[in-house]
Amino acid sequence: MATGTAVDVVMPQMGVSVSEGTVTQWLKAVGESVGVDEPLLEISTDKVDTEIPSPAGGVLAEILVQEGQTVDVGTVIGRLDAGEGAVASTDAASSPAAAEPAQPVAPVAEAAPAAPAPPTEAPPPAVAGEPATDGERTFVSPVVARIAAEHNIDVANVPGTGRGGRVTKKDILAFVESGAQPAPVAAATPAPQPTAAAAPADGHELTPGEQAQKMTVMRRAISEHMRHSLETSAPVTTVFEIDMSKVVAIRERLKQEYAEQHGVKLTYLAFIARAAVDALSKWPWVNGEIRGNQIITRSFINIGVAVALDDGKGLIVPVIRNAEEKNLLGLARAVEDLADRARSKQLSPDDVQGGTFTITNPGGYGAIMGTPIINQPQSAILDVEAIVKRAWVVTDENGNDSISIRPIMNLCLTYDHRLIDGAYAAPFMRDLRINLETWDESRY
Amino acid sequence: MPELSYIEAISDGLRTEMRRNNQVFLIGQDIGAYGGAFKVTNGFQEEFGEWRVIDAPISETAIVGGCTGAALMGMRPVAEMQFSDFVSCCWDHLVTVAAKQNWRAGTPIPIVIRLPSGGGFSGGPFHSQNPESSFAHVPGLKVVCPSTPSDAKGLLASAIDDPNPVLYFEHKHLYRRVKGEVAAERFTVPIGKARLEREGTDVTVVTWGAMVHLAADAAAALEADDVSVEIVDLRSVIPWDRDAVLASVEKTSRLLVLHEDTHTAGFGAEVLATVAAEAFEHLDAPPQRLTAPDCPSPFAPSLERRFLPQAEDVLQALRDVLAY
Repeated sequence: MATGTAVDVVMPQMGVSVSEGTVTQWLKAVGESVGVDEPLLEISTDKVDTEIPSPAGGVLAEILVQEGQTVDVGTVIGRLDAGEGAVASTDAASSPAAAEPAQPVAPVAEAAPAAPAPPTEAPPPAVAGEPATDGERTFVSPVVARIAAEHNIDVANVPGTGRGGRVTKKDILAFVESGAQPAPVAAATPAPQPTAAAAPADGHELTPGEQAQKMTVMRRAISEHMRHSLETSAPVTTVFEIDMSKVVAIRERLKQEYAEQHGVKLTYLAFIARAAVDALSKWPWVNGEIRGNQIITRSFINIGVAVALDDGKGLIVPVIRNAEEKNLLGLARAVEDLADRARSKQLSPDDVQGGTFTITNPGGYGAIMGTPIINQPQSAILDVEAIVKRAWVVTDENGNDSISIRPIMNLCLTYDHRLIDGAYAAPFMRDLRINLETWDESRY
Repeated sequence: MPELSYIEAISDGLRTEMRRNNQVFLIGQDIGAYGGAFKVTNGFQEEFGEWRVIDAPISETAIVGGCTGAALMGMRPVAEMQFSDFVSCCWDHLVTVAAKQNWRAGTPIPIVIRLPSGGGFSGGPFHSQNPESSFAHVPGLKVVCPSTPSDAKGLLASAIDDPNPVLYFEHKHLYRRVKGEVAAERFTVPIGKARLEREGTDVTVVTWGAMVHLAADAAAALEADDVSVEIVDLRSVIPWDRDAVLASVEKTSRLLVLHEDTHTAGFGAEVLATVAAEAFEHLDAPPQRLTAPDCPSPFAPSLERRFLPQAEDVLQALRDVLAY
């Protein structure tokens, strides 16, 4: 058998507050060969699902932690048989302390921008030597090899969508169909990473008084997710003022009963979620999604509730599934349960997936206006603001105006104008306001 | 066409053959006065008499030995194992004698052994097995595993017509769960011809017996993801329709073999080996198997669900094959 040295694969530390991780999928089987930094497995922690690159090139010799199992950070989860001369990555999953999977430590990644293949001198189509940028995309399946040979195509020029960027049969057939020239043009070569952007992040120098800390994986995921949302959606925010007098009175009356009889804390969020679910069912696009050229609507409403973690340095959005089936009590219980489990790190990956609409609640800190960013691929997010006593003009049944002190709350809806127009978002918000201002205990 | 359950189709097929050919007789434990453990032969003794619907002693060896002798004398016996698991008792008569007689002495042994097989009802290790692979390895035997009422009737007619010993695996879980149109008149379904349960372009599932229905559910679920699954129902394990499997794999380039039998040396291994050897240049992903694990069937329902492939397992396996 192989004579290389064994390299341990360990569960990496995916963020400062995370102590354990779950193996969700091994991307390689025992006996399969893997290149250094090629995706080896997928893991999941409280928040993040991510691919773990192989710490070394070689053959996956042993899987010690099976899919679905959760283990502590630092646990050895598999072993590689590193072949002779294999390059072991200095980073990635080989050591728990330094495990930031996307760090471009692989020599191939560093070399990429520096050594562009001279296009004018490129040889005629032949078997690829070294693809300029993507070292691991080398495996060519039998059927792809056959099609490539029949059409005289250099597989290195075909964009791959398979595992680890592999060129699949579909990819090469699409390439053939598109009439792409079998010439080694840069068509498939990914655009080189901008070197300028990477340099300051890793190699920057601190001026006196500055401190640096590594971004946690959660932080980076949030950062990418938020950026991606702005790049994807056309966000517009609309603000409604809600007179919460009735809800405040009902909550005052019910909260003790809820606590004593049901052991549930009755929050304003539960009222707002319930009222929103009702309005969402009337305005399904707000609960919908753009997928390709299609508009997806649903018969179910999965409400994501943004929960702050780590003193505001992290964020997780657990999901209340089938919120349309829950009454006020059910939603109050679900909100409390998810928030508790979010803070005690008891959420499962399922708990944070599948949301169709998100509610965020900075009002607890006293905020009165916000323009939240949509949680992709959803179409809208509702921002719940503080309830503030205001002087409010009230009109009685005879049309007489008077000034009254009322608990007023702003609700801000950011919606994706690609899908939802103002004339759709505003009546959704109008109905949401009516639901709250005329709260019907018999319905909810 | 009348709609029959899977078990009604088997009864209908048996009755049709017995009315048509008085050389056909049935033998098994409790199949006469009691009508069979699963009531496949309910009322048969009244119609055909005690000499054509024979209650056997509790000896599978005696049943198959008797059938072998009767077949030598020109009869067309159809034996029932109360559960397919018990066929191991008559291994010697079936494998050493019946399977080889024609090759050794030139005298065919046209017997049919009916084998209620399969799990899904907490039957435990003695009442849940799918031993088709064991017999697939024995030259001289044929093995069929119908998945639909119509195939159950048509393959039964072919099995009785066939000059070789035929093991007819009828899946107990399908008995009353599966219904379908079945022609009232006699017809045959050829042994060794697969059936395309579902046409597709992205991945091939090769399966048989109860797993066909699981695969169909998974394929329907994947439709929402715009994935087109082709399902080849082998129907016969020996001889098996290599051409149909190879043609499908050449089209889709991805293969999952799904069977309820355990993993190692299960028939899925034969299918994978053949595809690897003969369709190598058409493959775009490693062919995979989804099977029961290599252990006896557990009693506990919770454990049995983990043991038998479930719809979500099929979905996951297909997604894995597709994701490669």
